Amino acid sequence: MRGELIEEARRQATICNACRYCESYCSVFPALHEQRSLADMDIVQLANLCHNCRGCYYACQYTTPHEFNINLPNALAEVRRDSWEEFAWPTPLARAFHRKAWPSILVIMIGFTLIFGIAKLFGDLSGNDFYQVLSHSLMISIFLPAFVFPFIALSLSLRRYWKSVGGKPIKAKDIIATFRQVATMKDLAAGHGQGCNFEDEDKFSQARRYAHQAIMYGFLLCFASTTSGTILHYVFDIPAPYPLFSIPKLLGVPGGILMVLGCAYMIVLKKRSNPNIGDPGAWNGDLAFIALLGLVAFTGLALWVGANTALTAWLLIIHLATVFALFISAPYSKMAHGFYRLMALIRDAQRID
Amino acid sequence: MVDISEFQNIDIAIIGGGNAALCAAMTAAEHGAKVCILESAPKPFRGGNSRHTRNFRCMHQTPLGPLEGQYLADEYFDDLMKVTDGKTDESLARMTIEESEACFSWLRARGVHFQKALSGTLSLSRTNAFFMGGGKSLVNAFYRYSEAAGVRVLYNANVQTLDLDGQSVRSVSFKYENETHVIKPKAVIVAAGGFQSNIEWLEEAWGSGARNFIIRGTKYNRGRVLKNLLDQGVNQTGDPTQCHAIAVDGRAPQFDGGIVTRLDCVPFSVVVNKKAKRFYDEGEDVWPKRYAIWGRLIAEQPDQEAVSIIDSQAYELFLPSVFPPEKAHTIGELADKLGMPKQKLEKTIADFNAACGDLSGFHPTELDGVRTTGLTPAKTNWARPIEKPPFYAYSLKTGITFTYLGLKVDRNAQCSNAIGPIENLWAAGETMAGSILGQGYLAGFGMTIGTVFGRIAGAEAANYAR
Repeated sequence: MRGELIEEARRQATICNACRYCESYCSVFPALHEQRSLADMDIVQLANLCHNCRGCYYACQYTTPHEFNINLPNALAEVRRDSWEEFAWPTPLARAFHRKAWPSILVIMIGFTLIFGIAKLFGDLSGNDFYQVLSHSLMISIFLPAFVFPFIALSLSLRRYWKSVGGKPIKAKDIIATFRQVATMKDLAAGHGQGCNFEDEDKFSQARRYAHQAIMYGFLLCFASTTSGTILHYVFDIPAPYPLFSIPKLLGVPGGILMVLGCAYMIVLKKRSNPNIGDPGAWNGDLAFIALLGLVAFTGLALWVGANTALTAWLLIIHLATVFALFISAPYSKMAHGFYRLMALIRDAQRID
Repeated sequence: MVDISEFQNIDIAIIGGGNAALCAAMTAAEHGAKVCILESAPKPFRGGNSRHTRNFRCMHQTPLGPLEGQYLADEYFDDLMKVTDGKTDESLARMTIEESEACFSWLRARGVHFQKALSGTLSLSRTNAFFMGGGKSLVNAFYRYSEAAGVRVLYNANVQTLDLDGQSVRSVSFKYENETHVIKPKAVIVAAGGFQSNIEWLEEAWGSGARNFIIRGTKYNRGRVLKNLLDQGVNQTGDPTQCHAIAVDGRAPQFDGGIVTRLDCVPFSVVVNKKAKRFYDEGEDVWPKRYAIWGRLIAEQPDQEAVSIIDSQAYELFLPSVFPPEKAHTIGELADKLGMPKQKLEKTIADFNAACGDLSGFHPTELDGVRTTGLTPAKTNWARPIEKPPFYAYSLKTGITFTYLGLKVDRNAQCSNAIGPIENLWAAGETMAGSILGQGYLAGFGMTIGTVFGRIAGAEAANYAR
């Protein structure tokens, strides 16, 4: 961890602890107020609890130009990203994905080249059924490692996080409490439930919370869709493509639409927001990540619409390239944040317990 | 860029931009008046002292929002009489108390959110309604509401004079971006706070020691308008030496340090002045009931400074502070670090320790009667020897929250002069709080006065302007 970032966050948190006005905005403050002095890893835990809702920033009597120079959402955002970079292996890869847009673009191009190459070598680019373009077993041989590798990498990172913040054995009730919070994104609603401050200074609005929920639920629906497809394929021997009234489509189509809308709206909101209250160093990396996530969903929907046409092969290759990029970069990109948040909230549930 | 000509055909000019000003502005705008706010601070520091507040004291007959149980008018009034030593205008105080209950939902309807009493402030959970995010979030919500209701807001607008002609204010002149502008509103509401940031004025009442005071709130409350009106014979209330003064951390910034500069260690400590001499009973009562007298006590010490000394046993007994204390392993070493006469401090602490008696009843959160014997001044509660190193020292200075000398108003928040009421001049908030409180202070009552009188002034001025 970078000491100066933690030191600055600690300086600010000490002022917060003597003030306490923001106590009921989110999960951060009750945890912060519980301790007289904050160790480095307490700061990292607080940083990962913070959802950057900015309620405390706009309420703060000590923000710049006040000489105390408080900007807690920014200080925590920088510690948070630094912690993700440090917990990731290898760290430089995480730094690149978090800070810059080009790694995401590069990894899409690598995915495209890989999948195009394999399709060209082993498949039929003029086919309009996608298993003609790329057989199921070829897809699995690309995507199994592209799924397993990030899964392992991310698990190791989260384990390091958990140990660092002093996590205890997880009980069912910790998970229930956490999922309840995540399901409603309580920490983006403020204590009064009116939402967060983001796109219009101190105005409370649900816009960011709803956009984020659309992305999260959209992603979960798409993930469930893919999983159901896998089960249909292997257990019931029903291969794709599936009709509209099938489980994969009923999950995937709304999921894809939610993700596209959510990502597009999130980018609009982000552009209206003040980058300096978040993590300005991650601005490009974050935008690229949201765009990639939206692109995965958009190309997925396009593939469905354009199925059995002359474009099938290209739509498939582009879609698979984006999916490949999303998965392979997950341990290093903003994708990891959801998992860290989950761990931080579970840890916080243990604190309250 | 603001078009000043828009301010020419305004009905009501409100001078000031804190809670009282905004309550007046919202009320007047809701009554259909064309209102402008002339706020002397730039936008980031808008809101006067209200931006540093955290709650308002609210009467309630049944549980109300986060407020528990009930807090009836008589109890409220008794609490007020206790802190002011009876120097209270009963009629205005009772009216304010009665009106406070309705303020809760009125504030909520204008975007203020409430939260439970903060950790460490449980003693206020029945009496004071805490603003979620504190006073600045209240101020933010009010500016949003006001601007949506058509109120024009001008920041960096320094009102210089009100032209008083007989029983009427003819015009208001203010400086904005180095130019003087004169507007002729039908009515004027002064809600510009006290004069505590005007050190020269404080010196008139307190002597040169005032230069060592910390001003806890905004540096924009310079009392310019107050002085201008008093000079023109508008009726005055309050004593220039009366103000809300507490003990704050000596390292606090000169202005705007707000809540975080307070120190809660005094009851568990020995407090000495620069000469290493004790001067008052540190354990007289629980801290929330005593912190407001310590501002004055320290103001009377050499260089208006004092030091609160604890040992490691007491370190965890109070809320953490922003500035780290001086730390040493012997009292002598601590004296050196503080630049204090070493032997004197050692003797003061030794004498204190020797005067401590039976500690078995020590209880940090209640009056435990653990006291010294044969010591002057005595310490009458929590008197435990300062003996377990490391020793810590927090420097203390006088922190002024607000002054009481102000404009005298009647039940309609209207100002007057020797002849009678001034027909188009009202006042609200700290600038007229001296009309109710002669001395002392009750936590959260300033915001109650500001809200109640802001609403009255806004309605009265709007009716007049119609």
